[in-house]
Amino acid sequence: MHIMEGFLPHPWWELWFAVSIPVVLYGIYRLNRMSKTTPEAKPLLALMGAFIFVLSALKLPSVTGSCSHPTGAGLSAVVIGPAITSVLSLIVLIFQALLLAHGGLTTLGANVFSMGIAGPVVAYAIWAVAKRARIPSSIGIFLAASLGDLFTYVTTSAQLALFLPNPTFFEALIKFGTIFAVTQIPLAIGEGILAVILFDFLAKYKMELLSTLKVIRVPVTVPAKEGGK
Amino acid sequence: MNAKHYMALIAITVVIFALPLLLFPNANFEGADGAAEEELTSQGYEPWFSPVWEPPSGEIESLLFALQAAIGALIIGYFLGYEKGKMKKGIAKEPLRTEG
Repeated sequence: MHIMEGFLPHPWWELWFAVSIPVVLYGIYRLNRMSKTTPEAKPLLALMGAFIFVLSALKLPSVTGSCSHPTGAGLSAVVIGPAITSVLSLIVLIFQALLLAHGGLTTLGANVFSMGIAGPVVAYAIWAVAKRARIPSSIGIFLAASLGDLFTYVTTSAQLALFLPNPTFFEALIKFGTIFAVTQIPLAIGEGILAVILFDFLAKYKMELLSTLKVIRVPVTVPAKEGGK
Repeated sequence: MNAKHYMALIAITVVIFALPLLLFPNANFEGADGAAEEELTSQGYEPWFSPVWEPPSGEIESLLFALQAAIGALIIGYFLGYEKGKMKKGIAKEPLRTEG
């Protein structure tokens, strides 16, 4: 669930645009570079975009008695990086702002930041640690995708609490956190499991590509390919 | 993981997503963004911009959400089927075992 149209006043909406635009531009640069240097990754880009499309279309019931939807951006951040994920998130958010009155054009900067940058960066960082610590990939992906999803909504809550810190920022954060982040907990767990399934499939069928993209290490039993940069 | 593991994981996910409906039969299950909207307007905040276009009815809205999910599911299904088929025909290598 994103911040609704017109619900971020001046100067906050401009601020979030200012933060998000450079990341999206860098993402477009990375996207172009990846399609040039690793053209075989193009179907993977489409797959990650599609995963985000499906998950963010599914409004699911939660334990707070309200609904929200997962984002799918965590897995994308792990596989193709947070910068490119911000571009994919932007596409989905524009689709939803224009056709579904969900989110909004004035809040696009803030929503790209929470869904396409903050959550994905957390997911990416968790995967980087899990990879280094040699934690089983299923557990690493589950943690990355679910905590990334959850952090997106913690960010949304913080964005609202920042402009309306009534009575204090922390009390407002808890209030909006109850609305957004607590609702998100079971959804985040579900997203984590779905991400594990898709990643497991990719690890089986697209192992070489994943190691070229440095998502996974090539196991010692498999000879590393030359020129995989 | 094999197909059985996938099915088990999907079953767990379905249970997680369906459980709130059983636990809270009287909840209204409206959007969390709507709840935040209420909270903000109750504090006197008035939105300064309204959506450029809104789906004229709940039906049209669900049509567009379904369309969004269908486009995504189509691409995922195509990808999974293509990769599996390619491996079966022996064009690609055998599936490699992954750690964990």
